[in-house]
Order: sequence, then structure tokens, then C-alpha cells
Amino acid sequence: MLTYALRTLFRMGVTFLVIVTIVFFATRLSGNAVDFVIGEGMTTEDRDLLIQYYELDRPVLTQYFAFLRSFTDGQFGLSFIERRPVADMVLERIWPSTQLLLCAVTLTLLVSIPLGIVAAIWRKSWIGSAVMVVAFLGYAVPNFVIAILMVLAFSYWLNWLPVVGNGTALHFIMPTVALAGVLIAALTRFTRNAMLDVLGQDFMRTARAKGLPENMVIFKHGLRNAGITILSVIGLQVAGLAASGSVVIEAIFAWPGIGDLLVTSALRRDYPVLQFGVLTVALAVIVINAAVDLAYAWADPRLRHNVKG
Amino acid sequence: MPRSPLLSVDDLRLNFGSHEAVKGLSFDIAKGETVALVGESGSGKSATALALLRLIEREGGAITGGTITLHGTPALELSTLTDRQMQQVRGNRVSMIFQEPMTALNPVMTLGDQVAEVLRLHQRLDASAARLAARDAFERVKIPEPDRRLDQFPHELSGGLRQRVMIAMALACRPDLLIADEPTTALDVTTQAEILSLIQQLQDEIGMAVLFITHDMGVVAKIADRVVVLKQGEKAEEGPVEDLFARPRAAYTQHLMVATPKLGSGAPKLLRRPADPVLRVENMAVRFPIRRGLLPSRALDYHAVGGVSLSVAPGETLGLVGESGCGKSTLARAVLRLVEPSEGRVYLTGREITRLDAADMRPLRQRAQMVFQDPFASLNPRLTVRDLITEPAQIHQKLSRRERRTLAADLLQKVGLEPQSADRYPHQFSGGQRQRLCIARALSVRPALIVADEAVSALDVSVARQVTDLMAQLQAEDGVSFLFISHDIAVVERVSHRVAVMWAGQIVETGPTEAVLHNPQHPYTQRLLSAVPVPDPSRRHDPRPKLTALTPPKLLMPPGQAPARAEMVEVANGHFVAAHDPASALLYGKLPPLKADVGNGNAAPAVNRKGQLDRV
Repeated sequence: MLTYALRTLFRMGVTFLVIVTIVFFATRLSGNAVDFVIGEGMTTEDRDLLIQYYELDRPVLTQYFAFLRSFTDGQFGLSFIERRPVADMVLERIWPSTQLLLCAVTLTLLVSIPLGIVAAIWRKSWIGSAVMVVAFLGYAVPNFVIAILMVLAFSYWLNWLPVVGNGTALHFIMPTVALAGVLIAALTRFTRNAMLDVLGQDFMRTARAKGLPENMVIFKHGLRNAGITILSVIGLQVAGLAASGSVVIEAIFAWPGIGDLLVTSALRRDYPVLQFGVLTVALAVIVINAAVDLAYAWADPRLRHNVKG
Repeated sequence: MPRSPLLSVDDLRLNFGSHEAVKGLSFDIAKGETVALVGESGSGKSATALALLRLIEREGGAITGGTITLHGTPALELSTLTDRQMQQVRGNRVSMIFQEPMTALNPVMTLGDQVAEVLRLHQRLDASAARLAARDAFERVKIPEPDRRLDQFPHELSGGLRQRVMIAMALACRPDLLIADEPTTALDVTTQAEILSLIQQLQDEIGMAVLFITHDMGVVAKIADRVVVLKQGEKAEEGPVEDLFARPRAAYTQHLMVATPKLGSGAPKLLRRPADPVLRVENMAVRFPIRRGLLPSRALDYHAVGGVSLSVAPGETLGLVGESGCGKSTLARAVLRLVEPSEGRVYLTGREITRLDAADMRPLRQRAQMVFQDPFASLNPRLTVRDLITEPAQIHQKLSRRERRTLAADLLQKVGLEPQSADRYPHQFSGGQRQRLCIARALSVRPALIVADEAVSALDVSVARQVTDLMAQLQAEDGVSFLFISHDIAVVERVSHRVAVMWAGQIVETGPTEAVLHNPQHPYTQRLLSAVPVPDPSRRHDPRPKLTALTPPKLLMPPGQAPARAEMVEVANGHFVAAHDPASALLYGKLPPLKADVGNGNAAPAVNRKGQLDRV
């Protein structure tokens, strides 16, 4: 198990370094920050002065190493626009984003695992079909459509829920549902398929032959095995959501999260903020993946001792 | 002696959809009695077993008529109980063990938990008491190191040990009836012998009855008091085991008896004069690297095959016999370079093939073809029979459409199938017919050698018999050679001119079939032969010969090291035995090769180091 964890950590480190490099060079290809700081009507002298001020006239490699060095002081450089340490700007955005993600994941687990099990057990009756139709719809409709329809219904017509910001618990409802929608659809389908696989296994018959009641057979023997497959899917989906899914939703609900920060800084070519924002998201994805890898090994004893001594 | 009945099945009818699987079956099981339910696949024997525990509904079947009465206190009519009432019976009064010990245990629960679960459920033990009881259950089924096993997972145990765990689980609550559905079919013969005697012994201890479901008449003769023969859902015959074996009345029973391979029923005669071998293997070894940990220094090599030499003459069948994991399949694959040998040479029809690159190897692949174990998995379901069986010829000879059609018709005729079936798909054929298709496919390039890896192991005995007869017939007609690999020594005897016994990656004994089977010299060969069940109930109580203890050598070693290779000593004409001291548990040690008198056709007894006659 320890070897496995160390290997996972090592892979994490390498992946992160690769991402850092790609992010640095990709942002530099996307256009010059100076064009966006002041806007129209800037003189050539002013422009050169700004370039010097931001140290954008140095060779690219020097900038790259300066960028790597900026990791060490804990500030990660200064924002071009706001002239505040990037770390401060990103940190105040991480928590709202994390809150939203956690809510969405919790909702997903609460809804889709029971639904998936139900759909697997009663796959031949109308209940199973109904669950699958709903899941398929959820999969087919993009999350911003769900978001806008909800805003229309619950805020504009009914005036029940607030639309902008994250002030109260009520603010959480619509973004959470919108973010979880696709995830619920996907995970319901995966749970159903994983359960169907497990239901046909020999050890389920053994469990029944022992005289176990059906709910113990399903939950203790079935879900524990299906859980391994479900776990891997959750990891992938959540990581995907952390990377891109919340950008759109945060924009729609003006959620002061990291997705919102990324969009603004990308529009303004605020390199330090954009770079660090992307890196934070990348780090989140890597950490989630590693956590899933470890959880996977914890759940499946065959992975833990995959080599016989 | 008349005993009071424990279970009565009366006019039982089972359906899967509209298919009638069992049509009016009646039989009784008395207290403490062992009843064997015998039949081939599709006879409804497993469906009956599942119906007794009312698990058949879960598999898509239904009880459509008849009664299943469990006598005792209280007497229960099982076919009408609710699922909740059945839960009190299952695992408590009636238990079941299944065929596949590899899949019948939950892979993510510890063995201790899986056994303890039954005890907590039926005997209301608390967690620690159940754990102690589970440990006792392990001890009762003679699992070594029971304390350690409690926290192990199924994948850490061999098939035989897993089946012991299954038995421990089934017997934890001392049931009145144990239903054993082909419990030893997936196991090696030596393991099978151990499991059978374990079941008998526990039966005496607990006094339970056993319903033993099997297709193997050898196992029936060993274990059953009474036999019920099933044919396509109907009872063909029922009677005490001695009567049934001495005077089988039903034609189907007689047919089953004839098809059952019997050890000592004679090997085939070699039809051709010896010539240059079709296949010659010299000192072949196959190693698989196994990585462990982060550092390369902890890597190990697994020595699957260690220094094997053999040869197959034209028109000859060499039977390669050994237990699962002994390296016989790896050897078969390495011979055809489907796995790359790490050492040694292979000569196919006189040409060395070990160093050829893929392009040079391809034309030579015509000369050796392979038939695999699972006829359901080894035929592409999307291709017609014509395309399937002529594909090798198409690859090597670029046939026209008409040539392909003619070839397909010829091949089908040759393997005893209708030439008209060329347009059908594999799923329209039975297992035996599919294996004929696999043979037809191999024959399409007129190979000199066919490697048959457990080619009849998945088939019913009577079908297996037909397939091996077909092989013998093709050999007589075309002079094709076979490397016939099997774990079933009785089948090997029936088809092979010579046999090679493989153990722990090495060949420990080889020679003419008669010589090896009638005068086995190596302790492993003796062990293998003594474990084969004899289809004769009167010999059930024959004392088992005393066998030398065998400690298998370690096959997992650091790179650069290898298990010592035993030298082969000729003990009679063409009969070779690996030379190491059988009295010592330390095999493959640094013993000097043994000197033995090489008789001229007379079987000279081998002499071990102490100068004693090497008979056990």
C-alpha cells in the first residue's frame, strides 16, 4: 500500500510540472497583456514603458524561470491589473468554488447511487426504464440550459430563489442543481451498469445460498463490489467538473469562485492570475485523481497486493 | 438399510422461459445419505440443485410443478415458502457449494468475514464469537494457518483452498443437507481427491446428507451411495451405486459409462515408422519478469518453463499432462512462438524457428496450428463458418472464392459436419461441433502438427470422446502429429503414443504411454495417477498408496538465478525420469545425476541414491 501511495505521489509531481510548463507557454501565445490594460489610444512610448514595467521584454526563458521562482515566495507574483499578490486573489476564490463542488458531489451521490441501484434491480419493469429515460435526458441537456431554465422558473416567474452571489443557503440551490445535473445522469447510468454486472456474479448467488436477506445481498455484497467501478467514474467526473464545468455555472450565477476569476483574467490577459488560476484547477484535478487512485486501492484488495511474493 | 427420508422431490418441473429444463423429476434423499445426480450439460441437474434452494427464480427460471419437501422439525414444503422463510433454510438447514471456487467468493471481503457472516446470521453470534467460530470452521476443513486466512482475501488463495473455504462456509451451521454442484470439476485431480475425501469425512462427522451433482462417473463411484441419472430433464435411471455400475439398465447410463475415460484402458498404437521429428524442443525456458516496488532491484523472474526438451514424430501424439500452473500452456504457446521463449531452441519440421523474425515466421505458421480449450471463445461470432475455417488457408495461400467454398465443404466433411452448414454462424453449433470447427480450421493449411491445449476439457464426456476419436481418425488419414495437452491423465492415455508429465515448469517423466502409466517412477507421476477417480464403486475402499511428500521448488527468483534443472535418466527404453532423490523433500537440489541400468526394452527399476529400489 505504501509503495502504491508513493508511486501515486511521484506521478502527481511529474504531471504537475508538465502542466506548469504548458500553462506558461500557452498563456504567452494568447496575446499581449499590455493591449488590454489601458485599451484604445495608447502611445508607443507608453506601451514600451508598460512592457518594461511588467518585465515582458525579457527573454521568454528568463520569464519562465522567474515564474518558477515566484512559486517559492508564496505570492506567485503580482496581478498585472490589480497589483495584488496572486495567491491572495486566488485564495479568496477557492473556498466558494470548493463549497459549490462539494454540494454538487454530495447531491450527486445521494441521488444517483440509489437511482442506479433501483434501475438495476428493476431493470425489466417500468421503474427501471423511467430512471434511465430521466438519466438520459439529464445527459443530453447542457448544464447552462438547465441553469437558465431554473433561473427563469424559480427566480423570474416564481421569485423564490436568489440568482446572484453566494450570500445565503438559498443561493446554493440552483447552482448546485445545475452543476450536478449532468453528473447525476452520468453516475446513475454507471451505477446501474456496475450493479448489473455484479448482480450476475457467482458470489451473489453464494450470498443468497447462505440465507442472507436480499437487502444485505445487494448492499453488503453487491454495492461493495460495484462501488469500485463507481468510484473510478466519480473521480473522473468530479475532476472534469472542477476543471471546466463550474466556469460556466459560476459565470451565470455570478458566483465569486475561481471559474469566474479565470474567465476575467483570461479576457484581460492578466498572465500571473490566469496562470496561477489554471494551475490551481490543475492541482485540484491531480489531487482528486490521486485520491481516487488511493481510494481505489483501498476498496479493491486485489490492487493492494497485485504482486504475490 | 432403510433410513428416514430427509428430502423428497416429487414430480418436480422447472422452466426457463418456455424451455422445459426438468420434466417431472422425483427422488428422495435419506438422512446421512449421498445421492449423486448425474448427467451431461443441459440435463437439468444444476437447475434442480438451484430449485431445491429456490435460487432458480434468480437465474430466470421457475418451478412450474411438483413439490420439494424437507422433512424434520419443522417439515417444510420448500416450493411454497416465501423468500423470507427460505432465508431460514438456506445456509442453515440446507447449504450449497458451487463449481467455480474462483468466482463464488466475494473478492472484496475477507474470508473470515464471509464465513462469520453465516454464523452471525443463523446462530446470532456476535462479531468476536463469529470470528472464533469461523477460525474453527477453517480448522475443520483443514486449511493450513487458519488465523492468517481470516484476514486474507479470496485472490490470495489457490483454487483448492478457496473450495475449502466454500465448504467451511456451507458447513458452518451444520446443515442437514449439503448440495454440491460440480464442486471439484474446476480443480486438479490431486486437489479433487483431497476435496472429495474431506467432504466424506465431514459427512461422517456431522451426519449430513449430500446431494452431489456431477458429470464424472469416476467421482460418482468414489462418493455416492445412490445415483440418479438425468437425461434432458428426465430421470433415466436410479439405483444404488454398486448395482448401477455393475448392471446399468438405461441405454443412456451405458453410454455414459462407455464414454467415461478409464485409466488403464490402453494407449493407441503408433501407425508409422519413426522418422525425423516434426517438432523438436531443446532446453526451452520461459521466464516472465515481475516488477515489485519502486526499485528495479526488487524485480523477480517467474520461471514458468525451465529447461524442457521434447520431440514429436510424424503421425505421433505426445500427451503433455500436468496440473494447472505447471507451465504446460505456456510451453504450448512458446512452441508456436505465441510467447517468446527466453532460452532454448525449437525446430519445426527440421527448421529452427526461435530466431526468425515475424515475416520469416509467418509462412512456417502453416506447419503448426493450435486448437484451444474454449470453443465458445475461440471462434469469431461475426464470421460465417466458411470464412472461419478457411481463414488460415486464405492468409497463407490467397484462395479464390470458389476455392474457399470447395475447401470449406471438404473440411466440414472431414470433421463430420454437414458441408451445407458453411453459411451458418458459430452460435448455431453445440460445444462439440464448435470444437470440430476449430479442428477443421487448423486442418485448412494441412499442418504437420496440431497443438491441442485442453481441447476437450470443456466438453461433456461423450462429446469429448467423439472429438478425440475424430483426432485419431484424422491422424490415421493424414499422418498429422498432435501435441495434446490436458490435465486429465485418463484422456491423455486414450489418445497419446507417448506422454510427458510436467510439474513446476519441468518435465519430470516421459516415455511410451504404457510404460509411464504402468510403471510410474517419479513421485509426482505416482501421485497424479493415484488421484484419478476409478469408475468402479467396489474399489472405493482400496487403500490409497503411500505417497512421497513433494515440495514444489520456488519458481519466483531474482534475475540471474534459476531453479535447478533435474537431469533425465533413462530407466527403460525411451522412458526417462527426472533424477532427484524422491525420498527427500528438497527436490532439484544439487544431487549428482543417478546412474541406472538401461534395460533393453525391459523396464529396469530405477535406483535411488541409497541404492534402494525406487518404488513407493
